[in-house]
Amino acid sequence: MKLLYFAWIRSKIGIAEEEVAPPAEVTTVGTLLDWLASRGPNYAEALKARAVVKTAVNQEYVDPDHPVQLGDEVALFPPVTGG
Amino acid sequence: MIRVQQEDFDIGAELARLSDGDHSVGGIASFIGLVRDMTPDGAIGSMTLEHYPGMTEKQLAAIEAEAQRRWPLQASLIIHRYGRLAPGDRIVLVATASAHRQAALEACAFLIDWLKTKAPFWKMEDGTAGAHWVEAKTSDDAAAERWARPEAPGEKAPGKKQG
Repeated sequence: MKLLYFAWIRSKIGIAEEEVAPPAEVTTVGTLLDWLASRGPNYAEALKARAVVKTAVNQEYVDPDHPVQLGDEVALFPPVTGG
Repeated sequence: MIRVQQEDFDIGAELARLSDGDHSVGGIASFIGLVRDMTPDGAIGSMTLEHYPGMTEKQLAAIEAEAQRRWPLQASLIIHRYGRLAPGDRIVLVATASAHRQAALEACAFLIDWLKTKAPFWKMEDGTAGAHWVEAKTSDDAAAERWARPEAPGEKAPGKKQG
Protein backbone atom coordinates (compact mmCIF):
# COMPACT_ATOMS: atom_id res chain seq x y z
CA MET A 1 0.00 0.00 0.00
CA LYS A 2 1.37 3.38 -1.03
CA LEU A 3 0.83 6.27 1.39
CA LEU A 4 1.18 9.91 0.35
CA TYR A 5 1.34 12.88 2.72
CA PHE A 6 0.78 16.52 1.81
CA ALA A 7 1.20 20.01 3.32
CA TRP A 8 1.58 20.11 7.14
CA ILE A 9 0.83 16.40 7.46
CA ARG A 10 3.91 15.75 5.31
CA SER A 11 5.96 18.28 7.34
CA LYS A 12 4.98 16.66 10.64
CA ILE A 13 5.51 13.05 9.56
CA GLY A 14 8.76 14.05 7.89
CA ILE A 15 8.39 12.15 4.61
CA ALA A 16 6.26 12.66 1.48
CA GLU A 17 5.46 9.04 0.76
CA GLU A 18 6.12 5.47 1.83
CA GLU A 19 5.21 1.90 1.04
CA VAL A 20 3.59 0.05 3.96
CA ALA A 21 2.19 -3.41 4.70
CA PRO A 22 -0.33 -2.80 7.51
CA PRO A 23 -1.48 -5.62 9.83
CA ALA A 24 -4.64 -7.59 9.04
CA GLU A 25 -6.86 -5.52 11.34
CA VAL A 26 -6.39 -2.52 9.03
CA THR A 27 -9.38 -2.83 6.71
CA THR A 28 -10.63 0.76 6.44
CA VAL A 29 -9.23 4.28 6.19
CA GLY A 30 -10.16 4.79 9.85
CA THR A 31 -8.29 1.72 11.11
CA LEU A 32 -5.36 2.66 8.86
CA LEU A 33 -5.14 6.07 10.57
CA ASP A 34 -5.34 4.37 14.01
CA TRP A 35 -2.45 2.09 13.07
CA LEU A 36 -0.41 4.94 11.56
CA ALA A 37 -0.84 7.09 14.68
CA SER A 38 0.72 4.25 16.73
CA ARG A 39 3.87 4.13 14.59
CA GLY A 40 5.69 6.98 16.32
CA PRO A 41 5.38 10.44 17.88
CA ASN A 42 5.66 12.16 14.48
CA TYR A 43 2.69 10.18 13.16
CA ALA A 44 0.72 10.71 16.38
CA GLU A 45 1.33 14.46 16.17
CA ALA A 46 0.40 14.68 12.47
CA LEU A 47 -2.86 12.76 13.05
CA LYS A 48 -3.78 14.38 16.38
CA ALA A 49 -6.49 16.59 14.91
CA ARG A 50 -8.14 13.64 13.19
CA ALA A 51 -11.28 15.59 12.26
CA VAL A 52 -9.37 17.85 9.86
CA VAL A 53 -7.40 15.08 8.13
CA LYS A 54 -8.81 14.52 4.63
CA THR A 55 -8.31 11.17 2.95
CA ALA A 56 -8.30 9.96 -0.63
CA VAL A 57 -8.07 6.37 -1.86
CA ASN A 58 -6.84 6.00 -5.42
CA GLN A 59 -7.25 9.78 -5.87
CA GLU A 60 -10.92 9.96 -4.84
CA TYR A 61 -12.14 11.57 -1.60
CA VAL A 62 -13.35 8.95 0.88
CA ASP A 63 -14.79 8.73 4.42
CA PRO A 64 -13.10 6.88 7.30
CA ASP A 65 -15.25 3.78 6.80
CA HIS A 66 -14.03 3.33 3.22
CA PRO A 67 -12.18 0.01 2.75
CA VAL A 68 -8.43 -0.10 2.01
CA GLN A 69 -6.39 -2.96 0.61
CA LEU A 70 -2.89 -3.75 -0.53
CA GLY A 71 -2.16 -2.01 -3.80
CA ASP A 72 -4.22 1.08 -2.92
CA GLU A 73 -2.78 4.59 -3.09
CA VAL A 74 -3.92 6.33 0.09
CA ALA A 75 -3.33 10.06 0.57
CA LEU A 76 -3.60 12.05 3.81
CA PHE A 77 -3.83 15.82 3.70
CA PRO A 78 -5.32 18.88 5.43
CA PRO A 79 -8.30 20.83 4.00
CA VAL A 80 -7.32 22.26 0.62
CA THR A 81 -6.37 25.93 0.16
CA GLY A 82 -5.91 26.45 -3.59
CA GLY A 83 -7.62 28.88 -5.93
CA MET B 1 -9.96 22.00 -20.75
CA ILE B 2 -7.82 21.85 -17.64
CA ARG B 3 -4.15 22.67 -17.17
CA VAL B 4 -1.93 22.38 -14.09
CA GLN B 5 1.35 24.17 -14.64
CA GLN B 6 4.22 26.02 -13.04
CA GLU B 7 4.46 28.78 -15.64
CA ASP B 8 2.31 31.91 -15.98
CA PHE B 9 -0.49 32.18 -18.55
CA ASP B 10 -1.57 34.89 -21.00
CA ILE B 11 -5.11 35.92 -20.05
CA GLY B 12 -5.90 37.58 -23.38
CA ALA B 13 -4.71 34.64 -25.47
CA GLU B 14 -6.50 32.10 -23.29
CA LEU B 15 -9.83 33.95 -23.35
CA ALA B 16 -9.61 34.56 -27.10
CA ARG B 17 -9.00 30.86 -27.71
CA LEU B 18 -12.21 29.92 -25.83
CA SER B 19 -14.46 31.25 -28.59
CA ASP B 20 -12.03 30.91 -31.48
CA GLY B 21 -14.07 30.01 -34.59
CA ASP B 22 -17.24 29.33 -32.58
CA HIS B 23 -19.79 31.99 -33.42
CA SER B 24 -22.47 30.46 -31.20
CA VAL B 25 -20.63 31.87 -28.17
CA GLY B 26 -22.37 35.01 -26.93
CA GLY B 27 -20.29 35.68 -23.85
CA ILE B 28 -17.25 34.64 -21.87
CA ALA B 29 -17.01 34.92 -18.08
CA SER B 30 -13.69 34.68 -16.27
CA PHE B 31 -12.15 34.68 -12.82
CA ILE B 32 -8.47 35.32 -12.22
CA GLY B 33 -7.01 34.59 -8.79
CA LEU B 34 -3.88 36.47 -7.67
CA VAL B 35 -1.38 36.08 -4.84
CA ARG B 36 -2.30 38.64 -2.20
CA ASP B 37 0.45 40.09 -0.01
CA MET B 38 -0.58 38.96 3.48
CA THR B 39 2.39 40.40 5.38
CA PRO B 40 1.22 43.25 7.65
CA ASP B 41 4.33 45.39 7.14
CA GLY B 42 4.28 45.12 3.36
CA ALA B 43 7.44 42.98 3.36
CA ILE B 44 7.60 40.81 0.28
CA GLY B 45 6.12 37.44 1.18
CA SER B 46 6.20 34.76 -1.46
CA MET B 47 4.21 31.56 -1.33
CA THR B 48 4.60 28.01 -2.47
CA LEU B 49 1.67 26.06 -3.86
CA GLU B 50 1.88 22.32 -3.39
CA HIS B 51 -0.51 19.90 -5.09
CA TYR B 52 -1.26 16.22 -5.53
CA PRO B 53 -0.26 15.37 -9.11
CA GLY B 54 -2.77 12.97 -10.60
CA MET B 55 -5.59 13.67 -8.16
CA THR B 56 -5.48 17.39 -9.00
CA GLU B 57 -6.12 16.73 -12.68
CA LYS B 58 -8.78 14.15 -11.84
CA GLN B 59 -10.65 16.51 -9.50
CA LEU B 60 -10.45 19.50 -11.85
CA ALA B 61 -11.73 17.37 -14.74
CA ALA B 62 -14.62 16.15 -12.57
CA ILE B 63 -15.51 19.71 -11.52
CA GLU B 64 -15.40 20.88 -15.14
CA ALA B 65 -17.58 17.95 -16.25
CA GLU B 66 -20.10 18.86 -13.54
CA ALA B 67 -20.25 22.47 -14.81
CA GLN B 68 -20.74 21.22 -18.37
CA ARG B 69 -23.57 19.00 -17.11
CA ARG B 70 -25.34 21.82 -15.26
CA TRP B 71 -24.98 24.69 -17.73
CA PRO B 72 -25.04 24.90 -21.54
CA LEU B 73 -21.38 25.77 -22.09
CA GLN B 74 -19.62 25.94 -25.45
CA ALA B 75 -16.23 25.81 -23.77
CA SER B 76 -14.59 26.03 -20.38
CA LEU B 77 -11.05 26.37 -19.11
CA ILE B 78 -9.32 25.91 -15.76
CA ILE B 79 -5.63 26.76 -15.42
CA HIS B 80 -4.08 26.37 -11.96
CA ARG B 81 -0.44 27.08 -11.19
CA TYR B 82 1.79 25.45 -8.57
CA GLY B 83 5.26 26.11 -7.21
CA ARG B 84 6.73 29.36 -5.90
CA LEU B 85 4.69 32.52 -6.52
CA ALA B 86 5.15 36.16 -5.50
CA PRO B 87 2.50 38.75 -4.52
CA GLY B 88 0.64 39.92 -7.61
CA ASP B 89 1.31 36.70 -9.52
CA ARG B 90 -1.62 34.96 -11.17
CA ILE B 91 -2.56 31.64 -9.51
CA VAL B 92 -5.69 30.50 -11.27
CA LEU B 93 -7.81 31.24 -14.33
CA VAL B 94 -11.35 29.96 -14.69
CA ALA B 95 -13.27 30.86 -17.85
CA THR B 96 -16.55 29.77 -19.36
CA ALA B 97 -18.08 30.45 -22.77
CA SER B 98 -21.79 30.18 -23.47
CA ALA B 99 -24.48 31.52 -25.77
CA HIS B 100 -25.82 33.63 -22.91
CA ARG B 101 -24.25 35.53 -20.04
CA GLN B 102 -26.19 33.92 -17.20
CA ALA B 103 -24.89 30.42 -17.90
CA ALA B 104 -21.34 31.70 -18.36
CA LEU B 105 -21.37 33.80 -15.16
CA GLU B 106 -22.99 31.13 -12.99
CA ALA B 107 -20.79 28.31 -14.27
CA CYS B 108 -17.68 30.43 -13.70
CA ALA B 109 -18.68 31.13 -10.08
CA PHE B 110 -19.48 27.47 -9.56
CA LEU B 111 -16.11 26.36 -10.93
CA ILE B 112 -14.01 28.61 -8.68
CA ASP B 113 -16.14 27.89 -5.60
CA TRP B 114 -15.90 24.13 -6.06
CA LEU B 115 -12.25 24.26 -7.04
CA LYS B 116 -11.40 26.05 -3.78
CA THR B 117 -12.85 23.25 -1.65
CA LYS B 118 -12.12 20.16 -3.79
CA ALA B 119 -8.92 20.62 -5.81
CA PRO B 120 -5.95 19.28 -3.78
CA PHE B 121 -3.73 22.39 -3.56
CA TRP B 122 -2.12 23.78 -0.40
CA LYS B 123 -0.59 27.23 0.10
CA MET B 124 2.48 27.80 2.25
CA GLU B 125 3.27 31.45 2.92
CA ASP B 126 6.81 32.69 3.51
CA GLY B 127 6.37 35.72 5.75
CA THR B 128 8.78 37.70 7.87
CA ALA B 129 7.98 35.36 10.79
CA GLY B 130 8.85 32.25 8.79
CA ALA B 131 6.87 29.84 6.66
CA HIS B 132 3.40 28.64 7.59
CA TRP B 133 0.63 26.63 5.93
CA VAL B 134 -2.48 28.66 5.09
CA GLU B 135 -5.60 27.49 6.93
CA ALA B 136 -8.76 26.60 5.04
CA LYS B 137 -11.63 29.09 5.45
CA THR B 138 -15.13 28.06 6.45
CA SER B 139 -16.42 30.85 4.19
CA ASP B 140 -15.03 28.87 1.24
CA ASP B 141 -17.02 25.83 2.34
CA ALA B 142 -20.14 28.00 2.58
CA ALA B 143 -19.51 29.40 -0.91
CA ALA B 144 -19.21 25.88 -2.34
CA GLU B 145 -22.23 24.69 -0.37
CA ARG B 146 -24.59 27.03 -2.19
CA TRP B 147 -23.99 24.97 -5.34
CA ALA B 148 -24.74 21.68 -3.58
CA ARG B 149 -28.05 21.24 -5.38
CA PRO B 150 -27.88 21.03 -9.17
CA GLU B 151 -29.92 23.89 -10.60
CA ALA B 152 -29.11 23.87 -14.28
CA PRO B 153 -31.71 25.73 -16.33
CA GLY B 154 -34.58 23.47 -17.30
CA GLU B 155 -33.23 20.58 -15.33
CA LYS B 156 -34.84 19.01 -12.30
CA ALA B 157 -32.55 18.16 -9.43
CA PRO B 158 -32.00 14.38 -9.52
CA GLY B 159 -33.09 12.62 -6.33
CA LYS B 160 -30.35 14.10 -4.19
CA LYS B 161 -30.94 14.96 -0.57
CA GLN B 162 -32.31 18.45 -0.19
CA GLY B 163 -30.37 20.80 2.06
